[in-house]
Amino acid sequence: MDRNYWLLPLLLMLFVGLGYAVLSIPEPVEGLPKMLVDNMELGGVSNPVTAVLLNFRGYDTLLEMGVLLVALLGVWSLGGMPDYHESSPGLVLDIMSRQLVPVLIIVAGYLLWVGADAPGGAFQAGALLGAAGVLLLLCGWRIGNKCSGLVLRILIVLGLGMFVMAGTGLLLIEGEFLQYPPPVASELILIIEAAATLSIGTTLAAMFLGSRPGEADK
Amino acid sequence: MSYVYLYALLGVGLFVLGLNALIVHAHLMRKILAVNVMSTGVFLVLVALSSRNEGILPDPVPHAMVITGIVVSVSATALALILMLKLNRATGKNELPDRSRD
Repeated sequence: MDRNYWLLPLLLMLFVGLGYAVLSIPEPVEGLPKMLVDNMELGGVSNPVTAVLLNFRGYDTLLEMGVLLVALLGVWSLGGMPDYHESSPGLVLDIMSRQLVPVLIIVAGYLLWVGADAPGGAFQAGALLGAAGVLLLLCGWRIGNKCSGLVLRILIVLGLGMFVMAGTGLLLIEGEFLQYPPPVASELILIIEAAATLSIGTTLAAMFLGSRPGEADK
Repeated sequence: MSYVYLYALLGVGLFVLGLNALIVHAHLMRKILAVNVMSTGVFLVLVALSSRNEGILPDPVPHAMVITGIVVSVSATALALILMLKLNRATGKNELPDRSRD
């Protein structure tokens, strides 16, 4: 048990060290934010966070969609949870989920649209869609067999696929991967964001289902 | 501007508290929760430090990193939960086997 005596001082030292590191960061340099502000009109959207996510650091977001896909593959490759505990929700939960999910979908669409010039965007909307999916799963809803095959897989790879297709198309046209031409940048960003939103929402919900839909019954 | 550093220190505190819980508790569910608390601390530090610039807009690059990080941490949590359920199915326990205690 004597190792526990060492834990608290070590953690306190870590806190002091990290706190000192955070406090001693020099006052911000002008470089990066100023570069962003100067280039905002090239970005196609007026919300700086969306511009960074989808345009200036598009590679980051592209690979992040790949991370989501890999995580889902990891969940699927572990096989299903065959006796996933089916619980029948009570009346209140049943009605609440029916009422809440359409609202969540509408708010997700709003967040996606408003992300161009206000806080919002693909990831927030996708997280809301995922939350709606998890809520449905917890209430005992399951994906029908008709939608669980190709449709689900298309939805899941749609975000990454759209990103890669747009990037490759721009590579052929403009000569640079993910280099949006400023006149159509906002439209391209909106299309990629819409695909990414659907993909993120479906992937998160499918991940919390825990098994490949349609195979859990076997 | 001191409140920015207050939030950043709060984030560091959350990180250390989560690390403590990660080390102390053996139950895997608590470990998963601890990792989530740690990542929340990191996000808080990033968001707080991004608005140090007085007068101009907060730096959007850390915000973008935090947004993607939140979604990645949710997916990592889902993967960890499935692994925990699988371990529970295989060994009947919610803890990792510890050879040194046997």
